[in-house]
Amino acid sequence: MADSTGKFGVGGLHHLGIPNRRQFFQLGAGAAAGWTLSGTAFAQTERPSTPPDKPRGQVIAALSQEPTVFHPLMPGIEVDQGIWWQVFSPLWFIDPDGKFVPDLAREVPTVENGGLSADGLTWKIKLRSDVKWHDGTAFTADDVKFSLDLINNPDFRVRNRVGHSLVKDITVVAPDEIHWRMEAPYSPYMSILSLTFIVPKHILEKVSDPNSSPFHNAPVGTGPFRWGERVPGDHIQVNAYAGYHGKGPYVERVVFKYIPSLTVLYTQFRTGQVDYTGLQGILPNFVQEAKTLKASKIFVSSTSSVEHIAPNLEFGPFADHAVREALYLAINKQAIIDALNYGLPTQTESFVPQEAWSFQQGLPQHKYDPAKANALLDAAGWARGSGGVREKGGVKLEFTNSTTSGNAVREQTQQLLIQDWHAIGASMRVNNMPAAVIWGDFWQQSKFNSVIVGVNFMLGSDPDVTPRFGSGAIPAKGGRGYNTYQYQSAEADRLLADGARQFDLEQRKKTYGDLQKLIRNDLAILPLFQGFIAEGVKEGLQGFRPNINTSTNCWNIREWYWA
Amino acid sequence: MARYVLNRLAQAAMLLVIVSAIGFALLHLAPGGPLSQFAASAQMTQEDLDRVSKQLGLDRPLPIQYLDWFVRMLRGDWGKSYRDGEAVLSVISSHLGATLELMVTATIIAVLLGCWIGISGALRRYSLFDSLATVGAMIALSIPTFWFGLVTIYVFSVTLGWLPAGNRETVGDGSFLDLLHHLIAPAMVLGLVETAMWGRFMRSSMLEVINQDYIRTARAKGMPEWRILTVHALRNALLPMITVAGLQFPTLLGGALVAETVFTWPGMGRLFLDSIGYRDYPVVMGILMFSAIMVLIGSLIADILYAVVDPRIRVG
Repeated sequence: MADSTGKFGVGGLHHLGIPNRRQFFQLGAGAAAGWTLSGTAFAQTERPSTPPDKPRGQVIAALSQEPTVFHPLMPGIEVDQGIWWQVFSPLWFIDPDGKFVPDLAREVPTVENGGLSADGLTWKIKLRSDVKWHDGTAFTADDVKFSLDLINNPDFRVRNRVGHSLVKDITVVAPDEIHWRMEAPYSPYMSILSLTFIVPKHILEKVSDPNSSPFHNAPVGTGPFRWGERVPGDHIQVNAYAGYHGKGPYVERVVFKYIPSLTVLYTQFRTGQVDYTGLQGILPNFVQEAKTLKASKIFVSSTSSVEHIAPNLEFGPFADHAVREALYLAINKQAIIDALNYGLPTQTESFVPQEAWSFQQGLPQHKYDPAKANALLDAAGWARGSGGVREKGGVKLEFTNSTTSGNAVREQTQQLLIQDWHAIGASMRVNNMPAAVIWGDFWQQSKFNSVIVGVNFMLGSDPDVTPRFGSGAIPAKGGRGYNTYQYQSAEADRLLADGARQFDLEQRKKTYGDLQKLIRNDLAILPLFQGFIAEGVKEGLQGFRPNINTSTNCWNIREWYWA
Repeated sequence: MARYVLNRLAQAAMLLVIVSAIGFALLHLAPGGPLSQFAASAQMTQEDLDRVSKQLGLDRPLPIQYLDWFVRMLRGDWGKSYRDGEAVLSVISSHLGATLELMVTATIIAVLLGCWIGISGALRRYSLFDSLATVGAMIALSIPTFWFGLVTIYVFSVTLGWLPAGNRETVGDGSFLDLLHHLIAPAMVLGLVETAMWGRFMRSSMLEVINQDYIRTARAKGMPEWRILTVHALRNALLPMITVAGLQFPTLLGGALVAETVFTWPGMGRLFLDSIGYRDYPVVMGILMFSAIMVLIGSLIADILYAVVDPRIRVG
């Protein structure tokens, strides 16, 4: 992996000053994906000392979901990304400090280094010339072109084409240089590319069906580990790639062990059978005990996911802002955090993670105030009717709340909510469903009244939330996106359009700050807390670094080693 | 005999068609779909989901999908997993070995131990041993496999540290002893219920036989007791157990599903559970058909064996 961090190290705004338009892609598009870390989240993070000269030992990483999608451009979930990070490489990635770090690219393109035109429409990417695919073939600009073309191939079952669809006129200038034109300036694309893995042209151009080939189950990449074996339902093994172009890898092999039950997963960590507890990590109720375990370390870190109550804004009572505000005031959020989540998560009022550069400080803070909630509803004309349930104009203040059945913490949260809201004359009933059901049409087509859900609102790590809150992104109304809340606001649309066009980081920060204020005041969502993950690492295993900019903390296993 | 077998085969084929149609309809009519797992992620919009759904042919009418699947299945193409693109038969076969390993070991434990307990109980009816065996069997049949599995892990893995807390093998080891070490706990858990069932059936069967006139006659003729038991009683008492064995497959598979989940055993049961969760239609249908075929084959073999040893069955 490349040492340099490019020219737009965005460790924090205090490093940046106030950038001008020219500096946008140095800071803006780059920093659009960058975070300014508070530092507290990583207080426990170890600093690697001295990695071994040669890969040594193995790491058994336990995952509660089974990775099954190994083509990194196809629809996959977070756990699949854990494999992609080992086998493939992006052009650049974002490190935990929010800096773009070149990987397959020689440098991160900026206006200053000529990689980007001032209007953001022309991109010129210089690539490393010392990279080889795991089968020994040289990596070239043709692979990058092929990957981008494949994404836009209508026959290919690609995950999505957000940003990529704007890429036109891709030109391979030299084996180590590629240019393209953007149909329109789109600042989040830098962030999107940091999570886009490049696939090998020389293998995939030969397959008759881009959706199915031996590559799909034995991928060949340029990453730090080469594909080893997969025992379906059990484990996946990747082996150190000696020809890797960056730092590491420092372990001989990584075994991703699939353990579906989080309780069993924790037990196996406790008994020393696994070295690291991956996606979903350790259940909150085990964290305190886990911290007392010998020969292991527990890392509790923030995630980009925001746990919230999603109201369907087109559903009767929720269309009334006073109702949403009263419901929000009546939630004993601290009890949910302390009693049900063991005090691990932090309160939030925004859809933007608190570590992000775009996070807006000073949003109105939630206060548990049932008396005020009652007064608000009284003033809004919601009078108590039979059974103490309020009603207005023949509409009762009663609704269902849904979440994934079997998620114990969320189910307990629902019980607290029932009590909290009953106190202000709102009647909530539980209507839970299995994951495969709730996240289908029920969620996508806004068939719910309200849902408890954790969502990563960021686009990659950019705060452009057009697909989440844009008026044209409501699937139930034929929109393109996932605005299942059915939130519609002309002001939000304006801010979103401005944000995607702006080139100045401070301008962008203000735009997305205004958007956060708007969403908070409108209560388009009722935020509960920012997500967190507790992960266990066996004593002696060095190099683990949580990275809120990626979907999985398996992002840098190449840097892990046994002390 | 040939006509009898053909008749049973025709019935089995008919049953398979019915099972496939009902299974397919129920699976597809259940809400959600194979793309639901992506719906909650920030990566895919409804438009993306619709596009992928069309590419997978999921937007076609259900009867068309069923006919297409059925015709291809008859040709030996059981489809490809939506999750990893592997051929269904390959997915099933990659999990089959682990399940068979578990089921065969549990069955061996159950048959040997269950028959011994059953026979001993029958011969010493209402003795302390028989009473303890009866109470023990009732407890074993009442204990949820999941709970028993967790207790086993807690006692033997967490507390005593004697057995691994799960998995089929230690990564990188895979020796026979290592496999055996990992097999003990799940086989013990799965075998417990089976042992109880075999014990109860064996006891009843044995009791029925030893009260028959021909046993009394043998005793009256002065035949040694061991010979009466082994030659006359046991052989006849084992006959009904053929049926029990033939019908054990679904029970075993159900038990394996739980044991595999608790012990992270990479077998068919867990594959089935995972595939249902992901609405991986081709794999679920594949496992359903495979299980149905196995059950029918087991039942058929039991019927044929019974007909072989007892010609009255064929006449009836």
